[in-house]
Amino acid sequence: MNSSADIPAEDPFAAAMAEEDVRGRSLWVDAWHRLLKNRAAVISGVIMAVMILLVLVGPLLSPWEGDFTDWDNTSSPPSLETGHWFGTDSVGRDILVRTLEGGRISLLVGLVATLVSLAIGVTYGAIAGYYGGFTDRIMMRMVDIIYALPFMFFVILLMVVFGRHIVLIFVAIGAVNWLDMARIVRGQTLGLKNTEFVEAARACGVDHNAIIRRHIIPNLLGVVMVYVTLTIPQVILVESFLSFLGLGVQEPMSSWGALVNDGAQDMESAPWTLIFPAAFLTVTLYCFNYIGDGMRDALDPKDRL
Amino acid sequence: MQHSASRLLGLIPTLLVLITIAFFLIRLAPGGPFDSEKILPPEIKANLDVKYHLDEPLLMQYFRYLGQIITLDFGPSFQYKDWTVNELIARGFPVSMTIGGLAVLLAFLLGTLIGIVAAMKQNTGTDYSLMGVAMLGISIPNFVVAPLLILLVAVYAGWLPAGGWDWSVQRMVLPVLTLALPTTAYIARLTRGSMIEVLHSNYIRTARAKGLPELLVILRHALKPALLPVISFMGPATAGLITGSVVIERIYSIPGLGSYFVQGALNRDYTLVMGVVIFYGVIIILLNFIVDLLYAWMNPRIRYNEVQ
Amino acid sequence: MSLLEVSDLQVKFDTPEGEVQAVNGLDFSVRRGESLAIVGESGAGKSQAVMAIMGLLAENGSACGKAKFKGQDLMQMSRQELNKIRGCEIAMIFQDPMTSLNPFLTIEKQMAEVITHHQGLRREEARAHAVEMLRAVRIPAPEERVKQYPHEFSGGMRQRVMIAMGLLCEPGLLIADEPTTALDVTVQAQITQLVGELRRKSNMAMILITHDLAVVAEICDRVLVMYAGQLVETGSIEDIFYRPQHPYTQGLLASLPRMDRLSDDELHSIPGNPPNLMNLGGGCHFRERCSKVMDVCKDDPPLQVAQDGRQSRCFIEMTDGEIASTETGDSAELVGSGDCEKESTETVE
Repeated sequence: MNSSADIPAEDPFAAAMAEEDVRGRSLWVDAWHRLLKNRAAVISGVIMAVMILLVLVGPLLSPWEGDFTDWDNTSSPPSLETGHWFGTDSVGRDILVRTLEGGRISLLVGLVATLVSLAIGVTYGAIAGYYGGFTDRIMMRMVDIIYALPFMFFVILLMVVFGRHIVLIFVAIGAVNWLDMARIVRGQTLGLKNTEFVEAARACGVDHNAIIRRHIIPNLLGVVMVYVTLTIPQVILVESFLSFLGLGVQEPMSSWGALVNDGAQDMESAPWTLIFPAAFLTVTLYCFNYIGDGMRDALDPKDRL
Repeated sequence: MQHSASRLLGLIPTLLVLITIAFFLIRLAPGGPFDSEKILPPEIKANLDVKYHLDEPLLMQYFRYLGQIITLDFGPSFQYKDWTVNELIARGFPVSMTIGGLAVLLAFLLGTLIGIVAAMKQNTGTDYSLMGVAMLGISIPNFVVAPLLILLVAVYAGWLPAGGWDWSVQRMVLPVLTLALPTTAYIARLTRGSMIEVLHSNYIRTARAKGLPELLVILRHALKPALLPVISFMGPATAGLITGSVVIERIYSIPGLGSYFVQGALNRDYTLVMGVVIFYGVIIILLNFIVDLLYAWMNPRIRYNEVQ
Repeated sequence: MSLLEVSDLQVKFDTPEGEVQAVNGLDFSVRRGESLAIVGESGAGKSQAVMAIMGLLAENGSACGKAKFKGQDLMQMSRQELNKIRGCEIAMIFQDPMTSLNPFLTIEKQMAEVITHHQGLRREEARAHAVEMLRAVRIPAPEERVKQYPHEFSGGMRQRVMIAMGLLCEPGLLIADEPTTALDVTVQAQITQLVGELRRKSNMAMILITHDLAVVAEICDRVLVMYAGQLVETGSIEDIFYRPQHPYTQGLLASLPRMDRLSDDELHSIPGNPPNLMNLGGGCHFRERCSKVMDVCKDDPPLQVAQDGRQSRCFIEMTDGEIASTETGDSAELVGSGDCEKESTETVE
């Protein structure tokens, strides 16, 4: 679209020049350099790295256990003296430790459920896109149908029906989140399969599975990576949402959503029980969104203008 | 017209899938709707099972349920003893629809406005700050915004009531704002992106070469194509708002359909939960359909192909 | 007096890879009723030069220099002032008719808005005028067609619509940016003839940007040859076609297939590629591909100006016409360096 207005980028002559200049640098190195130039994405990346480290190591270093109840300090505000830097909840549990431990669950759910949706989505989309024709039509019609369903309600239904087990949370969220991935992968595959290198592979007699595995999937990697980064915050959000409704992880396990829910009950008397977990959750979602955005821009520079 | 009619028929399989999944998911559940009651004498439980046809083979129950649904009857609620699910929906839905409808309207108007301004000021401070706020709006969950708003606006400042429902504007402000925020933010980003793309197109260059003022170029030439992606997003957006209202209604103690749904889910009121899922499912499917029609109507090329 | 007088035009683009110098100190003028062709390879800066004049550069582009239209400098104008001239006194036709019309608006709306905006006519009058104009560009059944959307027209028909739209306000200057490149060969000829005919009828000046020398011969009075953002040669059609001075022009002409040549004659082509516009060094930009390259070509070549207005940027002395002045290479180099970036027409923060 923009390229016709921006002649230097479009002219075969200019393109040839540009190609000459960047030859030797691979697409990935190039994308990496562009990502590093994106300040918001870099800062978000650093914050996330710190966050992950905190969540993993923090609870080990803390003098408090997540389920320890400090009866001398119930609902005590954040203070250095008591040793409860983020304060305590109504039964005297340390908010800092609970927030960090909740973060483990939230991030874990984000990662695992995203991987579930990735596995389903990529397989489904790649098959539909690669075989095309009738197979594609049937498969995509099914996606359309499922897409039209109020999936959040199904997740809730699943949780109600099968009880609140953490594995089920992974599966339930992953199983309803693969649709976008399938659509994107299918679109990319359709485009890719007619490119010359795939034609060449086919002409050499390489069989279908090998073509999908060796040629299509590696080329999908960029799009998929971007999408994974953008799916993680969505999944974390869904889990928090369920936990907030009391349908997510169960005590003694906790997640940011569950903590926000607890905090919201006491927020008038002890606002810190709401604010800290809410801040951690929001910062995480914010950072993931910026990283995903930055990666998309880096891998697909034409959207950047 | 004919095309629309055939598309409407195409919705039937979707509906069927919706009902089927909902039905079997519930029936897969261990236990039945009366297990949660205090211990019932076995003969009473048997009577209840007969009354609600729970003693029949599953497939039979399924077709019975289908037949019942066709007459638009969702059956009695297990939890609210004297109410049918239809009555509960009739009670809760107007409230939910009011909040949801206002939120959709607000999100669309505000979101597109912000998006257009950001696109026109592309890569300036205005653009960056608007998009930063929009990103925050997308990232911060409803159930975090709602308690914070209650804390600040209702508890500390005392400007508005913290919750409850009496159809007054004061009680609508916070729920609608909370519900509209993420959608507004998403629409703003979407509009900005598509507007920028449209502004780079050749026909916008033509419009500028004709000497039209920039505002006219935006409003007459760029707005419609830039809004197309937003229009097609409105289907999923509404679905998101409906889901979001489940939380909003709970936090603000609003007696909408969402709060019935959560109560039903927690109390295993299966008929109610299924009724609400199917009802909302139908609404979302219909809204997507309307959005598709709107999209086609706005796009002369699709309109043209349909006539062909 | 010239209708349009462009001097020292510079156009730059900021790209992620670096700065691209698309146009580098271009001077030319167009008289009333005259038809000037700007020719050159892709990337020579032809289109970007006129885009800069019209204030239509992409956001990453910036331009400076002077472009005096009827004595007013277009480059110094505000958007509002420029809008009084664009579409009214200067009209433009673009290369790609398939995407240059708004697919969401009827032809009537798109044409009428030019008239209502510039001449303040009412809608019915504007519409009648639009129909009349469509008839003038020989679109059949214009009363019906005017109500249709662009996708209901073929490529050639759309270009006719673009031409009709451009001529609505009877502009003094028409800029046609490769108007036939995207069209079928048979349609190309029709459009070329149409443009030539309409131009003669209304005595309108025209700048035709093209790399199709056949079109140039048919409808233009004068030719300007561009290479790597600079003028390399300019002169009347006869001069350029029969007595080309610059080796590049000679190469271009030799690469044209011609009826009057023997068929076993080999078609000539210029070897190599145009230079990288991101780091243009000094010296003649054409020297790497030039068949007559000399040692001195490392230095900037002088612009020789003959009495009759012919110009050639080369060390090889012009063989005909009396040379009026020779601008040395040094001053041409100075032109490239001024404080150009500060006065781009549409700055982007």
